Amino acid sequence: MSAITISNDTVHEGPRPARGMLHDTWVIARRGLVHMKRQPEALADATIQPIMFVLLFAYVFGGAIDVPGGGNYREFLMGGIFAQTIVFTSFGVAMSLAHDRKNQAVDRFRALPIARGAVLGGHAVANLFKALLPIVLMSLCGLVIGWRIQDGLVNAALGYLLLIAFAFAMIWVGVLLGSVVSTPEGVQGIGFGVLFPITFMASTFVPTETMPGFLRHIAEWNPVTTLANAARIQFGNPTTEITPDAAWSIAHPAAYSIIWIVAIIAVCAPLAVRSYQRSVAK
Amino acid sequence: MSTNYAVEAQGLSKRYGTTPALAGIDLEVPTGTVIAVLGPNGAGKTTAVRILTTLTDPDEGQATVAGYDIRTQGTEVRRRIGLAAQDATVDPLLTGRENLVMLGELHQMRRSEAVTRADQLLREFSLDEAAGRVTSGYSGGMRRRLDLAATLVSRPEVLFLDEPTTGLDPRGRSELWTVIGTLVGRGTTVVLTTQYLEEAERLADDIVVVDHGRIIARGDARKLKREVGGDQVQVVVVEPDHLAEAARIIAEITNVEPKVDAGARSVTAATSQGVETLVLAAKAFTRAQIPVDDMSLRQPTLDEVFLTLTGSTTTDDESSNYIDEEA
Repeated sequence: MSAITISNDTVHEGPRPARGMLHDTWVIARRGLVHMKRQPEALADATIQPIMFVLLFAYVFGGAIDVPGGGNYREFLMGGIFAQTIVFTSFGVAMSLAHDRKNQAVDRFRALPIARGAVLGGHAVANLFKALLPIVLMSLCGLVIGWRIQDGLVNAALGYLLLIAFAFAMIWVGVLLGSVVSTPEGVQGIGFGVLFPITFMASTFVPTETMPGFLRHIAEWNPVTTLANAARIQFGNPTTEITPDAAWSIAHPAAYSIIWIVAIIAVCAPLAVRSYQRSVAK
Repeated sequence: MSTNYAVEAQGLSKRYGTTPALAGIDLEVPTGTVIAVLGPNGAGKTTAVRILTTLTDPDEGQATVAGYDIRTQGTEVRRRIGLAAQDATVDPLLTGRENLVMLGELHQMRRSEAVTRADQLLREFSLDEAAGRVTSGYSGGMRRRLDLAATLVSRPEVLFLDEPTTGLDPRGRSELWTVIGTLVGRGTTVVLTTQYLEEAERLADDIVVVDHGRIIARGDARKLKREVGGDQVQVVVVEPDHLAEAARIIAEITNVEPKVDAGARSVTAATSQGVETLVLAAKAFTRAQIPVDDMSLRQPTLDEVFLTLTGSTTTDDESSNYIDEEA
């Protein structure tokens, strides 16, 4: 091993002027994106998993599931898996926060002269990029197995926008989760024990009409259902039939989803920021 | 408030639940000097560093670092310090270069400047060959070096090193000592914590001994060692039968009742005369024709310093293990 030689230049010099919140956020977001690139296995929930669900349900279960109004199940399925994948965005955020804490990155950042909120902002931006990945992959995969956008590109674009907005809201759920649960293992437990079933008690894979009364009520008011249904409508795909006596959420899936987006951000974001700050300031 | 002090703290206290981690610490570190905070695990060393680097607020007391208040001017403090925490905290998924560039950018450098600075440090720390590899594949020593390089990215005025050589092999340790020595020569103020008296003596102008969140002694190494009775002379005899005679000889030379360990066939006593003691002992044992396996002079261990200063040994397992190895 060769010796260490410190150069002769001045060891310290005056600090530099702050370059602002956006700069700091982007530096930390870039780190998050490099993390994702270096850990393809941690991207499984955004890549392999949604495609696996598309293929499994399209080819294994699909034949046994009737779509309301007799539509194509593969077209029905895509909106559901889009919604499910978007909900898992929160899982990814919580995992990155938990890993930061485990690796002591939190303290290193906190001892730096960076803008308040840049660390959380960086995680949010990186995970928003991560949310785009499965949307693109699944759209391509869907096109291969026979899914089509049937109602024009403008409506479809609005559908994608709704999905991305929901992903943004789920980021704050993830921050909250990652602040309350401190270990990656704990986050994993909650991901599979809570998030996963929630995405199943919805119109993700099967129409809500066939569910028993109590469960059907839960599913109908589950935002995963309405997000899936709203996406189906925007893409012009078959969805839950809107009967005159349908629940309000079923009749207005886009509006109901937007209410959830606003409510999640309004409630979770301040709560998440506070609990994150408390969790790191030991 | 004088600006001649890089760190000035009065009455810093911190408790976690009902356990006091710091029970009122005063600290003055003149600019451009090195202070070693010496103590066993759980003494409050890390808590003190966390408070001074703005990671934790103190319950009571106040402090300035580089002339800025740690409570009200946190950002100004953070712009002027470097911190190497106890566990190396470089990002395991980034390469060595990416780690340093990111930290430079977060220290508000332009990207090009951050890249130049990173490459310079990687060269200086002999990490240029590994610069493009992710740090999870680095050896412990490499990670430590990168960690230290990371704290220097911004050319800080005050450097905080929390147990910088814990877990390093002897070569890595002495290498790091050289680096720290160089930095100090250039005017950086260094606050380092350690469990090793030897390290504190080698690097620091001033040593503060902490125990249970309090400062129990301070001064330079010579003063501290005088307080604890200086070096220890140890003689290991070949024949257990000679132990009593050996103890008598050592007692005569040092004027101290020596400690006799029958299992190790050793006789140990404190001495303030350094090498002179060894010379006298060698002559005496030759004259008495007592065969000797080993005869040595060694520094008091942290445990012995504590025994003298507090009347009790360190209760910590880790530090006792270290001392067992050394002794």
